[in-house]
Amino acid sequence: MSNAPDNSGRRKFLTLTTGVVGAVGAAAVAVPFVKSWSPSEKAKAAGAPVSVDISKIQPGQLIRVEWRGKPVWVVSRTQKVLDELATLDSKLRDPASAEAQQPDYATNALRSLKSEIFLAVGICTHLGCSPTYLPDSFSEQVEGVESGFFCPCHGSKFDMAGRVFQNVPAPLNLVIPPHYYISDTQILIGQDKGDA
Amino acid sequence: MLKKLVLDGIDWVDARIPMTDTWNKHLAQYPTPVNFNFWYFFGSLAMLVLVNQILTGIWLTMHYNPSAEGAFASIEYIMRDVPYGWLLRYMHSTGASAFFVVIYLHMFRGLIYGSYQKPRELIWIFGMLIFLVLMAEAFMGYLLPWGQMSFWGAQVIISLFGAIPIVGDDLTLWIRGDYVISGATLNRFFALHVVALPLALVGLVFLHIIALHEVGSNNPDGVEIKQKKGTASEEAKGKFVFHEQYSGKKDIIDAIPFHPYFTVKDIMGVSFFLFCFAAVIFFMPEGGGYLLEAPNFEAANGLKTPDHIAPVWYYTPYYAILRAIPDKLIGVVFFGGSIAILFLLPWLDRCNVKSIRYRSWKHKLNITQFIICFIVLGVLGALPATPLLTTVAQVASVGYFGFFIALWVYSKNEKTKPLPTRLTH
Repeated sequence: MSNAPDNSGRRKFLTLTTGVVGAVGAAAVAVPFVKSWSPSEKAKAAGAPVSVDISKIQPGQLIRVEWRGKPVWVVSRTQKVLDELATLDSKLRDPASAEAQQPDYATNALRSLKSEIFLAVGICTHLGCSPTYLPDSFSEQVEGVESGFFCPCHGSKFDMAGRVFQNVPAPLNLVIPPHYYISDTQILIGQDKGDA
Repeated sequence: MLKKLVLDGIDWVDARIPMTDTWNKHLAQYPTPVNFNFWYFFGSLAMLVLVNQILTGIWLTMHYNPSAEGAFASIEYIMRDVPYGWLLRYMHSTGASAFFVVIYLHMFRGLIYGSYQKPRELIWIFGMLIFLVLMAEAFMGYLLPWGQMSFWGAQVIISLFGAIPIVGDDLTLWIRGDYVISGATLNRFFALHVVALPLALVGLVFLHIIALHEVGSNNPDGVEIKQKKGTASEEAKGKFVFHEQYSGKKDIIDAIPFHPYFTVKDIMGVSFFLFCFAAVIFFMPEGGGYLLEAPNFEAANGLKTPDHIAPVWYYTPYYAILRAIPDKLIGVVFFGGSIAILFLLPWLDRCNVKSIRYRSWKHKLNITQFIICFIVLGVLGALPATPLLTTVAQVASVGYFGFFIALWVYSKNEKTKPLPTRLTH
């Protein structure tokens, strides 16, 4: 192939080494181009995890935190609520949380790390409205169930573990964001435990 | 006097770049099979649409604002305030759909006449790359108006990469440049849409045509027009002069020069095409919600998902395959596979006879069922998924992939009809 009549071995060696060094250089030059597509410092700051203090939360109370432009709910569930959750399976679309709407550590009966504290993205999985928390008047929506979330836009209903009821427009349970307990009273939303 | 001046001028240029030679090689003395039919309009029409997209695209860029804050408003500005801005935009948005119409018909032509077969494999590969880049180009262009469907369509498609094991989540983050689709995503899509991908597209079109002219065009009979030098009769060779590159090594039969014969024929095709194109632009630019989707008349809102997210019509067959498979990762694999398998067509078809005219009933049946499945998938991909429609989509997906498998099986020892020695016309 090559057109080098003299010293062709030497010419081959020079071509090869020049090519290899050139390729290394090209790979190095590619780094800034590839890296520039990663989230900017500004985007990282806006998308950073947020911590929430739950030391003052009252039983039955819901507090809202904003994370990545979305409302995140933190609700304190009473024992009565927890007892009620265990009885609802037959009325729910996905009682066992089979759909991956939550991290693995929240794929349990109560969809939470601690049974009394429930944390979820407060956006309806139907069309993205934010459902209303009905701590004691939910039985108007679902007979015999005292508390839950009701979406005023299209009437989707969720229980106190964010599980969607049957025969409503929303297809999926509410999303549980990645989160972990920094201490007993502090939760970090937006990051799994152990991730930097 | 004037004539001499012009001729001298041409000589002056020819001594410096091969202008006349290139003109002859690729147009005035390019041998084109004499039996080209209706299906051969779509290559030149694709070129026309490409020029339309580039030209209107450049002009739209002059008024468009590629930022999350300003994009949607700048589209309204183009539509309402810029003189003829509405026309430029509708030419561009209708052009996108027209591009896919002509490309799909062009591919169908290649499919039925075996234009992908040896020695035209590279023409097919370059063509498939053009198709792939075109899909990326259209997808990124669709984000730019920053409407609801722009946003959520991009959300769904970029999320597909999240199905890739291990690197999926990091990859989607890298593509978006943010944790959600944001201004960062819009800006990079804009850069790719207006600079990078059009360059790639033009380069690939160049290679597609160079590869075509190297081996010569196929034709509806699938019989070569180049014979061993010195074997063809004077009558078969005809009166035309062809460029030395083609006639030097081979005898060329049943061919006529591309210019003026097919340039004029193609211009007839162009005028008919422009009738239809203008009719859409002026009377139904939104195409009943299939060319411009209704939710896109509302600005992007990350907190509110539209009722029903459907891709634009030209993606729907592949989207239907994606949805037909209940597992996310396997769905994405088949979604990618539905495009990837087309690249392999030249090697999956092991028959030596090219044109459908001389191939077996099995091949005719197979192509027919493939086209039906493709259209069914296209319709289903635009509709909301119900259990019944999902089942239908699964059957059609089997038909889609089954085409390639069946082709590979029967084409090895296919019972074909005898080929003519001359083109039929």
